[in-house]
Formats: sequence, structure tokens, C-alpha cells
Amino acid sequence: MADIAATGSAVAKRRRRRIIVNKRVAPYVFLAPFIILFVVFLIVPLLYAFDLSVYKSTLVGGTRFVWFDNYKRAFTDANFWSGIVLLIKFSLMQIPVMLGLSLLFALILDSGTVYAKSFFRVSFFIPYAVPAVIATLLWGYMYGPAYGPFAQLATAIGWPKPDFFNDQTILPSIANIATWEYMGYNMIIYYAALQAIPTDLEEASLMDGAGAFTYALRIKLPMIVPTIIVTIIFSIIGSLQLFSEPYLLINLARNVINSHFTPNLYAYTLAFTGQQYNYSAAISFVLGGVVAVISYVFMLFANRGVSR
Amino acid sequence: MSIVGKSTASAGFVRTRWLLTGVLGLYFIYTFMPLVYVITASTKTNPDLFTSFGLWFSEDFHLWQNLYDLFTIQKGIFSQWLWNTFYYALVSGLGSAVFATLAGYAFAKYDFIGKNFLFALVLGAVMIPQTALVIPLFLLLSKFGLLNTPWAVILPSLVFPPGVFLMRAYIDEAISNEIIDAGRVDGAGELHIFSSLAFRLLMPGFTTVFILAFVASWNNYFLPLVVLNSSEHFPVTVGLAQWYASAVSGSGGSLLFTVVMAGALVSILPVIVAFLIMQRFWQGGLQAGGVKA
Repeated sequence: MADIAATGSAVAKRRRRRIIVNKRVAPYVFLAPFIILFVVFLIVPLLYAFDLSVYKSTLVGGTRFVWFDNYKRAFTDANFWSGIVLLIKFSLMQIPVMLGLSLLFALILDSGTVYAKSFFRVSFFIPYAVPAVIATLLWGYMYGPAYGPFAQLATAIGWPKPDFFNDQTILPSIANIATWEYMGYNMIIYYAALQAIPTDLEEASLMDGAGAFTYALRIKLPMIVPTIIVTIIFSIIGSLQLFSEPYLLINLARNVINSHFTPNLYAYTLAFTGQQYNYSAAISFVLGGVVAVISYVFMLFANRGVSR
Repeated sequence: MSIVGKSTASAGFVRTRWLLTGVLGLYFIYTFMPLVYVITASTKTNPDLFTSFGLWFSEDFHLWQNLYDLFTIQKGIFSQWLWNTFYYALVSGLGSAVFATLAGYAFAKYDFIGKNFLFALVLGAVMIPQTALVIPLFLLLSKFGLLNTPWAVILPSLVFPPGVFLMRAYIDEAISNEIIDAGRVDGAGELHIFSSLAFRLLMPGFTTVFILAFVASWNNYFLPLVVLNSSEHFPVTVGLAQWYASAVSGSGGSLLFTVVMAGALVSILPVIVAFLIMQRFWQGGLQAGGVKA
């Protein structure tokens, strides 16, 4: 960077000579800062975690190398798999609702058949600015049996108080928080993708006499399918890592949220209350594997569907 | 606006328009319910929180007292939390946006050995469960004596893989190869081309990544929860969650309920305001990128 500031013909000459070298070296120069941090704060911890996961430490015998014993244990650990099953249920419930709303609203906003378009666009996005922790606090209050408006309304009209924290309702209660948080974010992504579709297509279809809705469904929707697939994958990855919401709701829903409610919660508990760092690392890796497999399988199906 | 411009006169269109506005209006009410709740709850006394309707004010307007409590409880630790949150988010937001921009530029505008492999590696990083990273980070940071320092939160947050992905896509579209080649013909070095030609053009993308990284850090909970243990280093998320837990379990006295709500209000207001202000040129950036596509 220093050579930019430098002046004088000698420097200019030297710079000209460096062009060829630069073009080959430049990408590495641009990449270096990111890659160094990536290696130090991502690759190294991962390798370290893997190293941890093949050892076992016992109070008496110290730490010893146990090959894949921790993984074997994880594969047969009911606590771990109940968390995975729960999150698959959660994903099937939450992702279609959230992304369906995102897509619907993005199409409505993009078609322009609505008043106060930018007002809605901006206000739907606002929950994204609220940290997940605070969103969980807010909804935790809202769900409350004494000071929550839902319970108050139910009491006022003589209905039984809704229970947001039993084994039937806990997942929808958490799914609602996640939808509230991220619907607008996904909507903005879809909206930007819809807006990027060239307008000459629009004119052509208008000449055909196609209405705004046919146009939105038949022409625009198929064009943003790749964007939709990406958002689904990101949502799956996010859902399978659920932690903050159940962790914070534990105090309100002690009966239904236990320390292995989600795999991340389980890994956290193992590491920081049980000091079982080795087994916790193995759990995290198996979770990573499950995330990768599910994303990959989804991508296979999605690609088959698209190329059909 | 252009599709419908020609047919706005028809009665059917006006009806659909009102109907769809109504649908969005319903969702708007849902979106703002918790935000209304946090505002009304912050203005109540703790007993009123239990006895008055959640989505409306009570007679006793108690906001100033709650704010006073919020900023004086535990020797005013809350203002320290606010400052920490802002400081962590600003440093890691700026840092990660710069690094992601440089890397995205390399991926978008150069061919080099290992490009596809490196990019796949960066993309794959989003699949890593946070526990798989944060737990070993905790152990490593403790070996280097960085545990329970601001660095423990800031340094890992400088790596923001989605930013690289976004910048690559943005630069692909926003900066034509002709501009770069023209710069080369004029004899400018690669770094000079980047700093004098490219950087101005990718400013909107940079802003987007900065905002996303800033928000990611502002919202972060798991990393600071694990690597910090003294409350003077906490960000708001960890501090408030701790207060909330003690309010729910009753160990901190029931006073804390409304104070937690006041804390939630104070910590989300600046971000929402900043969002409303920055939203415009951020979205402008996204759309400008889209038009060129």
C-alpha cells in the first residue's frame, strides 16, 4: 500500500515493472489477512477440537488416546439423538412457515400492489436488529402466565390461560420467536433478488396481457429459485444449531427444556458443567456431520427438482 | 411500480391493493407487538407489570425511575455493558468488513491456484456448529491468557465468512473487468487499482457487509457467554440475560423485572434507529448491484 503514496519517476518505473508480478501475487496479498485469521480462529480450533475428541480424560488415569470411542458413544447416545430429532421437527415446522411468509411478502412488495411499500419493507426487517437474546426475553415476557398479554386477554374473556411451555407448545413457542426474528431478513433477500430481475421481461409479459400475479408466480418466482434454495440451506444450518432461545427459556420451562434439549445445549452442558471437553468436542463434530449431511441431501433433492 | 402503473385506475386493482395492504398490516401488528410490550413494560412499576394489561400503559408512569435504576444498579454496570457491546461490534464489524472485502475482491477478480478449494473452505465454514468452534476456542484462549479479555470476543469475530461470499458476488457485478484492465493499461499496480478505482465502486457492498457483521457481533451471545466471566467485560446480551435469569428465579429481587425490560428497550433502540438511518443507503447498494445484473 505504501507505494501508492510514493511519487517520482523512479517509483513510477519500478511500479510499472512490478505489474506482471503483481497480477499473479496480488490475489494472495488480498487474501492473506482474511486467510490468516481464518486459519488461526477457525481451522486451528477445529483441529484442536478434533484432537480433543479422540482423547478421554479420567480423574485417575489422566488423559489417554481412545481413537473413536467418543464418537461411538455419541452415535449411541440417546440424549444426543433426541436433540437431533427435536430439531428436525422444529425445522419442518418453522422453516416452511417463515420462508413462505418471506416469499409471499417479497412478491407482494415487489409487485407494488400494496400501499406504504417501503414502510412495510423497513418495519418487517426491524426484528433482525433485535438480538436473539433480547427477542427471547421479550417473547418470554409475552408468554408469561401473569404479566403476558395473551394470558391476560384469555383471563379477561374467561378462557383458560394458554400454556406456552408444555411439551406440546414449547416447539411452536420457540419457532414463533425464530420466525419473528428472521422473516424480514429473508424477505429482504428475496426482495433484492426479485428486484434484480431485468425489467425487459416485465414489459414483454405485459404485452402478452399477463397480470401482475401470473407474472409474479410464473416468471419471477422460478427465477429466484436458486436464492430460495440458499435461504433454505442457511435456515436448516441455523435451526440445527439452536441454542440461545432454549437456553434462556430454561428458567421459564424447566419441565420441558432439559440440558440436552438441543445438541448445542448438550455440548455446552457437557463442556461447562461437566468439564467433559473431550466428549463435548465429539458431540459437536457429529452435529457438524449431521448438518452437512442434511444440507447435502437437501441440495441433491433441490437440484434434481430444478433440473427436472 | 412500473407493472401496475398502467392499470392503477381499475377498481379490481384498488381492491387487491387494499386487501394486500391489510395482510401486511396484520403482520405489522404481530411484528410490533413485542416492541410495544417492551415500551409499556419499561414504564411500569413492578406490581403494575403483573396487574395492568401488557400492551398498554398503567396509570403510574414509572419509566424515569426504571431508567434511573437501570443505570445505577450494581454501580451502573449497564452503561459499561452498552459501551462494550458497541465497541466489540464496531471493531469486529469494521475489521471483518475490510478483510472480507479484500478476500472477496481476490475471489471475484483473479484466477489463482487453489481458488476453488479456498472458496469452498470459506463456504463450508458456515456449517460448523458454534459449539465445535467456541469450546476449543475457549480452551485455546485460556492457554494464551486471553480468556476474559475484550480480545477473546473481538479476534474470533473478525472472521466473517458470509461477508466474503457477499463481497465476491457484489464485486462480480459492480466492478467490470474493463475498468480493471483499463487501470492496468494505464500502468497502475494491482493494489493501486484496488484502492483508487475499485474501492469506491464497492463501497455499497462494503457497507452492507459492515452492517451485517456489526449486527452479528451486536447480537452475539454464545461466544461472549463462554469466553468472558467478569461482568465488566460483558456485552448487553450476556449481562441482561444474567439479570433476567436471576429475576425469573427470584434470587435478584422482583425489582429486576421492569428494569430488565428497560434495559432491553435501551439496548435495542439505538440499533433500530441506526438501522432506519442506514437502511436507505444499504438497500440502495443492494439494488444498485441488482440493476447491473
